[in-house]
Amino acid sequence: MAKGRVSIVVEHCKSCGFCVEFCPSHVLALSSAFNSKGYHPPHVVHPEKCSGCDLCGMYCPDFAIFATKNSGDKAGVKAADKEGKK
Amino acid sequence: MKADPRGVLTGTHFIDGDHACCEGALAAGARFAAGYPITPSTEVVERFASRVPKVGGTFIQMEDELAASITLQGAVWGGAKAFTVTSGPGFSLMMEHIGYAAMTETPCVFVDVQRGGPSTGLPTLPAQADMMQARWGSHGDYEIIALCPNSPQECFDLTIKAFNFAEEFRVPVMFMMDEVVGHMTEKVVIPPADEIEVVPRKHTHKSVEDYLPYGTNGDQVPEMAHAGEGYNFHVTGLTHDEHGYPNMTPQIQDKLVRRLQNKIRDAADRIALFEEDQLDGADIVVVSYGITSRVAQRAIGVAQEQGLRVGKLRLITAWPFPERKIRDLAAKVKAFVVPELNLGQMVREVERAAAGKAKTFAVSHAGGGVHRPEDILKVIVEASKCQTV
Amino acid sequence: MSDSLIDVVNAGVNPVEPFLRTDRMPHIWCPGCGIGTTVNSFARALVESKIDLGSLALVSGIGCTGRVAGYVKLDSFHTTHGRAIPFATGLKLANPRLNVVVYSGDGDLSAIGGNHLIHAARRNIDLKVICVNNLIYAMTGGQTAPTTPGHSTTSTNPYGTFEPSFNLPHLVEAAGAVYVARWTTFHVRQLSRAISEAFQKKGFSFIEVISPCPTLYQRRNKLGDGLDTMKYYKEKSKVRHGSPTNEVGLTMTGEIIVGKFVDRDRPDYQTLMRGQFQESLGDKFVEQDEPEVPVCS
Repeated sequence: MAKGRVSIVVEHCKSCGFCVEFCPSHVLALSSAFNSKGYHPPHVVHPEKCSGCDLCGMYCPDFAIFATKNSGDKAGVKAADKEGKK
Repeated sequence: MKADPRGVLTGTHFIDGDHACCEGALAAGARFAAGYPITPSTEVVERFASRVPKVGGTFIQMEDELAASITLQGAVWGGAKAFTVTSGPGFSLMMEHIGYAAMTETPCVFVDVQRGGPSTGLPTLPAQADMMQARWGSHGDYEIIALCPNSPQECFDLTIKAFNFAEEFRVPVMFMMDEVVGHMTEKVVIPPADEIEVVPRKHTHKSVEDYLPYGTNGDQVPEMAHAGEGYNFHVTGLTHDEHGYPNMTPQIQDKLVRRLQNKIRDAADRIALFEEDQLDGADIVVVSYGITSRVAQRAIGVAQEQGLRVGKLRLITAWPFPERKIRDLAAKVKAFVVPELNLGQMVREVERAAAGKAKTFAVSHAGGGVHRPEDILKVIVEASKCQTV
Repeated sequence: MSDSLIDVVNAGVNPVEPFLRTDRMPHIWCPGCGIGTTVNSFARALVESKIDLGSLALVSGIGCTGRVAGYVKLDSFHTTHGRAIPFATGLKLANPRLNVVVYSGDGDLSAIGGNHLIHAARRNIDLKVICVNNLIYAMTGGQTAPTTPGHSTTSTNPYGTFEPSFNLPHLVEAAGAVYVARWTTFHVRQLSRAISEAFQKKGFSFIEVISPCPTLYQRRNKLGDGLDTMKYYKEKSKVRHGSPTNEVGLTMTGEIIVGKFVDRDRPDYQTLMRGQFQESLGDKFVEQDEPEVPVCS
């Protein structure tokens, strides 16, 4: 299980690329999908490498992404996982 | 609410208008002033600088009038009653921030001790040539209130009135003195604090969730909050909605700017203060304000002795202009005579309000001194000979 | 991983969110603009320094950075061009309990606001000034600013700038600031730390943050986009704490000296004022009343 997980608000993203570039673990890449404004939001390509450092969140000028550390509560993480896949 | 006795110098004094204005501010509860030296106004803040450390408050001399005129507004939002003091050239510099105060509905007082202009002009000599500027000096549509004292006693009394209007209507109030009223020394009686009415800040009692910084409950003046109370409100000079958020559409512009105007105009009859004498049956009405009204008083007296039916209307409030009063009088009198220490400013308002129903005669003066009574008398006599409209 | 458009949601909240007026998102800043990035650092600093948010007031001027006031959920004031500092001075003097932050741009603070900048520093008014320096007047379309480096193309110097530009850390140090630091929007954690340090300081603190303006400054000078600029900051910044400020001037593509340049102690304006009155007036000196806190329903 990864140490952290990323949260993305695709509609706020403007594809500046900061999060992709400055993630120390290269967890992210710009997707080929578009949001409604025509920007390519990032997606998580290596979720297992995410440390929850939240550098992506600190760099994002649009407040469109952040990461949190997983608490170690596996049940909680599983529930959140289910939530995310809905 | 009664005045705070700590700021009230009760007693009978022999002081000039500038000094009396400072005492009026203190009596009204002003505990913050930001200023910049400019003749003939400087004594107001010099006295404040001397008084306020013994009363409790702050004076700061800023680096220029641009700063002074906004520093006082920061102090208002920090919780204080605040004012600044200036003359022509400084008044011009302050115009942007007078507009900011009008737009953000920041209650405060701007004192202009008028001197000869334009530009550097006559720093130590009187004029009344900033009257239109007081009304229209900043850009855009907005309303202000302007008061004109004609004696040191009125410099005390009307400064309190200025602060009271500012708080009641959340508007910047222009206190239009002139160099003679500012520098003339007369008896000023300051009553006990419990005889002085002051209007407190219109502070909200709503909870943080319910409070709307620019929402109005039927009345046109929103309730205020101060920084540091947990309301997390936003104030901007951009056209804004009831949340205070920028909302730059024609619809919000219309709603906001009309309310800023109407909150004053709808109360104009109450705000427009004047002094009248022998208007009933008058053929001629002399309309004057400030120091000129003292000279006009003499000219009116002489004219009356000569058998002319002359009445007096002294403007205490210059803005909003007492249109209704002039309009009513215009239907009954032959002419208005308007002496001013300028080349024709308030006379234009008289003429406009008279709407052709009576003639209007200006008695202009380029400034630098005051009229002689005979200058005004001459025009009164001339006006009395004119044909009825 | 799929390329779907569903938001990826977890149970947490973006650390910056409690400080944002989320009802006003998205904001108006361009793609690749660094101002939003500085707001993240600011928010983290507020959390780290455990500042009482109820005591915080934020004042900004006009310009792209000036819009920060409208997006932060604090008592915030969007004032006139160049006059955030005197407004902030009034706030602070009327209510000394307030922590007053001035958040504005290079043009607003050093051109039209330049006079107020140097006097507030001279007086050592207790203000925390965050100056986002994108080397241009961005909001109005890319005109030359006092900070625009030489030989840059701007809309008012279409043939290239030739004026010497301000070295802001040098200017404010000379004027009397007690804390002077410069970082770039690449240095997100260092910036946050600098803001926290400024909150611990009494007196005039000035933090310059070099930031991209991809739409105007970078584009007109063919310097790439926001990401290219961030990479330039990463590559060409040199951390030199304590560097003499006369040596930290900027050029268009040269080295960027960053770090904490000045951290000294001088009595702040209000300490000096009270001290003077106590000395001159003794018992007759009356302290200003604390503003009344109203009773909310």
